[in-house]
Amino acid sequence: MTDLIADLETPTAPAGTGTVRLGQPVSRVDGVAKVTGRARYAAEHPAADLVHGVVVNSTIAKGRIISLDTRKAREVPGVLAVLTHENRPRTRSLGLAFKDLTAPAGSPFKPLHDDRIRYSGQPVALVLAETFEAARAASRLVRVRYDERPHDTNLMANLRKAHRPRPLKFGYKPPPSEKGDARAAYGAAEVKIDAVYTAGVEHHNPMEMFASTVILGEDGHLTIYDKNQSSINCRSYVSRVFGLKKSQVTVRNPYVGGAFGSGLRPQYQLPLAVMGTLHLGRSVRVVMTRQQMFTFGHRPETWQRVRLAADRDGTLRSIEHVAIAETSRMEDYTEVVVNWSGKLYACDNIRLGYRLVDLDQYTPIDMRAPGAAHGVHALEVAMDELAVELDMDPLELRLRNYTESSPTEGLPYSSKELRACYTRGAERFGWADRPPHPRSMRDGHELVGWGMATGIWDAAQFYGRATAVLHADGRLVVSSAASDIGTGTYTVMTQIAAATMGLPLEDVVFQLGDSNLPLASVEGGSSHVATIGSAVEGACVELRQKLLRIAGRLPGSPFEHLTLDQVEFTDGSLRVAGSPERSMRLVDLLAAADEQRLEASHTLVSNMFRKRKWALGTHSAVFCEVKVDEDLGTARVTRVVSAIAAGRIMNLKTATSQISGGVVWGISQALHEETHSDHRLGRFMNHNLSEYHVPVNADISNIEVLFVAEDDRVASRLGAKGVGEIGIVGVSAAVCNAVHHATGRRVRSTPMTPDKIMRPW
Amino acid sequence: MRAFTFASARTVEDALDALADGGPGPKRFIAGGTNLIDLMKEDVARPAALVDINRVGLDEIRPTEAGGLLLGALARNAATARHPEVRRRYPLVSAAILAGASPQIRNMATNGGNLLQRTRCHYFYDVGTPCNKREPGEGCSAIEGLARQHAILGASEHCIATHPSDLCVALAALGAVVHVRSAAGQRLIPFEQFHRLPGDEPQRDTTLGEDELITAIELPPSDGYAAHSTYLKVRERASYAFALVSVAAALDLDEDGAVRGARLALGGVAHKPWRVPEAEEALVGARPTPAAFEAAAETALAGAQSRGDNAFKIPLAHRAVVRALGMALDGVPANTGLLGLPFFAGEPFEGTPLDRMDTEEQP
Amino acid sequence: MGSEIESMAPEAAPPVTADRHHVELVVNEVPHRLEVESWVTLLDLLRDRLDLIGTKKGCDHGQCGACTVLLDGVRVNSCLTLAVMHDGAEVVTVEGLAEGERLHPLQQAFIDRDAFQCGYCTPGQLCSAAGMLDEFDAVPEGSDVARVRELMSGNVCRCGAYPQITQAVLDVLAATRGRGGAA
Repeated sequence: MTDLIADLETPTAPAGTGTVRLGQPVSRVDGVAKVTGRARYAAEHPAADLVHGVVVNSTIAKGRIISLDTRKAREVPGVLAVLTHENRPRTRSLGLAFKDLTAPAGSPFKPLHDDRIRYSGQPVALVLAETFEAARAASRLVRVRYDERPHDTNLMANLRKAHRPRPLKFGYKPPPSEKGDARAAYGAAEVKIDAVYTAGVEHHNPMEMFASTVILGEDGHLTIYDKNQSSINCRSYVSRVFGLKKSQVTVRNPYVGGAFGSGLRPQYQLPLAVMGTLHLGRSVRVVMTRQQMFTFGHRPETWQRVRLAADRDGTLRSIEHVAIAETSRMEDYTEVVVNWSGKLYACDNIRLGYRLVDLDQYTPIDMRAPGAAHGVHALEVAMDELAVELDMDPLELRLRNYTESSPTEGLPYSSKELRACYTRGAERFGWADRPPHPRSMRDGHELVGWGMATGIWDAAQFYGRATAVLHADGRLVVSSAASDIGTGTYTVMTQIAAATMGLPLEDVVFQLGDSNLPLASVEGGSSHVATIGSAVEGACVELRQKLLRIAGRLPGSPFEHLTLDQVEFTDGSLRVAGSPERSMRLVDLLAAADEQRLEASHTLVSNMFRKRKWALGTHSAVFCEVKVDEDLGTARVTRVVSAIAAGRIMNLKTATSQISGGVVWGISQALHEETHSDHRLGRFMNHNLSEYHVPVNADISNIEVLFVAEDDRVASRLGAKGVGEIGIVGVSAAVCNAVHHATGRRVRSTPMTPDKIMRPW
Repeated sequence: MRAFTFASARTVEDALDALADGGPGPKRFIAGGTNLIDLMKEDVARPAALVDINRVGLDEIRPTEAGGLLLGALARNAATARHPEVRRRYPLVSAAILAGASPQIRNMATNGGNLLQRTRCHYFYDVGTPCNKREPGEGCSAIEGLARQHAILGASEHCIATHPSDLCVALAALGAVVHVRSAAGQRLIPFEQFHRLPGDEPQRDTTLGEDELITAIELPPSDGYAAHSTYLKVRERASYAFALVSVAAALDLDEDGAVRGARLALGGVAHKPWRVPEAEEALVGARPTPAAFEAAAETALAGAQSRGDNAFKIPLAHRAVVRALGMALDGVPANTGLLGLPFFAGEPFEGTPLDRMDTEEQP
Repeated sequence: MGSEIESMAPEAAPPVTADRHHVELVVNEVPHRLEVESWVTLLDLLRDRLDLIGTKKGCDHGQCGACTVLLDGVRVNSCLTLAVMHDGAEVVTVEGLAEGERLHPLQQAFIDRDAFQCGYCTPGQLCSAAGMLDEFDAVPEGSDVARVRELMSGNVCRCGAYPQITQAVLDVLAATRGRGGAA
């Protein structure tokens, strides 16, 4: 039985919104909560007698703690305890207990477990105090003595140590085996490109810093408001790490201030806050600092080499793409970097490779379009280089090698409207007017360039369950332990349920963000609409079935012996299709049947038997204009058109925001963001939002998003594929290609900061 | 942030007395607080006592008898930038302020506080790493480390940090004078003597005494430069970022269009705002031509030294000087910030994606 | 062989705890008489002591703008100032923008334009935009759109809702001008 959980304060659409269709650009149902400041995020839930925790981090990258002196810290008035590996509450010691649902192969980091230091910034102590200020002050007084050992954090210096990764990670697929003979084809071809591309480390830096508020109930139950992308994943982690029963722990994430992948795994503030509660027997809140947001997962630094070979007419003869990325010494973080190069263009000879280098740092973690953001960048810049070599329009080159099937998978795409993306995007952008040669356009001190690239991402569907309950007052409550990290889950799920049931939007509540709700997979990989949305629709269809059955049994019912396709649910009523006068309000239906509530549910399991016959994916064509001041090295993206084929769009408004936000990410990847490591110290140094540059408003000009029609019932019963990642993929390559078109110079390292873009000296 | 005691002063005398009061540990004035609070949270600044000077006045902007303008130390950066006399007679000051920080910070930060901003060096800010400026004798991590933002001029073997202020670059170019007070009385410090080079005491950014309070910044009469001044800032995003390199340039042209006077200072290149009198003098009497600007840039960067990561800053600074002088000649006040907008943001805005969306029939 | 090193900032000078001060603040038109330790920032006072969690902590260092409030009518970063520095001040936070259940035009425009995704930077964007409308004509250079972008650049939005934010602010700016005055 799943009813409204009052504490979640689940948002609903404003009264008067009325009935909606799928696809309609409905405003966010959580809009009012967010613009009024009423939406509470993980660190903002009140608790009686709350204790504040501040974490102390290591300053060395490798070694052992010789001693921890916490006396001075404990002397600060208000300080209650300082937890370290020496006095923390008992946790399981087996690495397996720390493995969350999305953990890669290896043994996960165990916070405050022992005296070993595995990376710079590792948590070594938790200061607990009556106020945040006292805890913060005391955190500076913890004295740590280390036995420091030599460390290595430098990927580029260790490329030779690259090894084949252990592939065990949810959602990861190793590169396929070689198709044809790529090296031979390369050797024999007329036109060739061979280039190395490097991409720096990036950190997700969602605006909300990671936080956990552990509220201790009188019965010892822990209710934890935590920042994550799956309350169920974090609940199960806490249960296993601390040996607590499932019923003793609830994890909630009703509002998440961005995550972009960083919340796919539990971060260390969660177990630390639980330790605080178990140690003190009080409710505890731990909030990371912005500096600490650089002390767990990141998008890995990546080295890539791409070799392309083609005939004079542009027909691809060989694609080779190898990538070497970094991981920790604890786990083999894997992501799909190179496989895309075997999916996008028709080619008989394809060789792909992916290797990892173990370094003394924290395990990387998925970050928006993991693997594809870097991998497709390299492929698409190489394609541009090939077009230059061929003296061919880069769009024409893509069309020349267009494929309706995935070459390495040998399967037809279930749907692929990429050609329409190219055509419509080019038309909107005015691509036909592009002068073919670099350095052809100028505006004052700036050179102007136009570039394009293709994007590709999965159409993933995982598993999930949703429950729909129609109440006697006409209100529909739909539930699943899903997450809304800003993607619009609340809105879209409410919309799917309301549209399916023919109810006004404001009469439908979709509650998410509680580990006690029906099982949902992580919110990641652009899978949530295809997964949870399908479960929601399934539950509602089941509910329709139940309602019709009840209606058919009523005395003198016009619905007797009718099937679902002979009736329609609209305006809060059930009616015979085509006969609006033969209808019955759903509330009257429940009243007549003397039902207070009617419940239905649906479990969505992806139909692998069906999907196995198809290649699936979302696609995009990105066109952009840059203006480059080559004296000063500054570049700005003045116009972007992103044409998207991502299945059926559930809500034009939130989907557009997902894509245009992804474009901003792509611009950032191209021009702005990189975490710099001082390898002597093994430490990330620009750990703040002043020196870790993400775009500000002034960096972003006009972004146009257009969706081309696609409806893919292989991808999901809704026809939807998902839009969270595809918006970023290809954008940085388009920017890089535009910089080349502006300046005639090819920058093969991102981000393209002024030192890389400026005219050589 | 460590514990400290707090007192609020009502007059300048109050403030000076409060600072002179006994009690252990260092005492600091706090005004805008935008840098000091940040440093205290990072544990870089650890005052035992703060004296709040926000209520002592000193926020006037008024003409001086000498024909210049006096900027109160506690006038906010935003108020200074939009002050009609500053905008009319010292657009370089407005341009520099508006190219810096964010609107919120400019609303809080004071002119006096801006002079006392500390470097943005990563190592200085991270107490987990050695830094001579923070803890003399620990060593400089930047010299062999990440140095892309570091000095190319005037550095020492102990410190290669740069001064982060935009406003100070303009003030240096204009030859401002800093008014300071202590219990002993008033003192005037020429701007070029206010900030120091690191030498073997990198912990000291300025020549301000520990018992002294900045009361005002005096701008000398320099109306001849108003029509031809530029603040050019090169940074890694369009706004809200510190400079890789910045240039304050101003030209006073005679009736024939020859250079009667020139002002040139660079930011982001040294431990202090880097004014270059030799380059200014070389321009005087010359025609304002690209060749003359190139020569000025050559002079300005003479002796520049790079350290690995920041090698690009030498040619970048050179080009920035040439560009800034050209912009000054053309009367373009800035390349970034509010005064840089007409120059820098010419493209039309075509509406949000929502307006432009292709709303093809949903199947 | 390892080398032994020690992490520790030098000895702290006394005192070990902050002194307390009486502070009177009017927050969203509600007067508060408070006893506050000197080391409490205005941001933490609002969030931890007054449960006004609408004002967000996005970096705590003045580098993101999520904590923007109107202090005596002027937009500032509440993380970079101490509560004890503002005895007698009036503060408006995001919770004070609406009039009862009637949203401020900026709030409605943000919803209409979908000018946020995760919503975490939104209160700061809104307070910043409200403060910006008053500053807008003080340095009247450039087109409206260019000026809005520059003047809203003190508020980072990691979701990348900038085009929508800009449009929402322009909508309100146009409406405000239509009424012939500042909001």
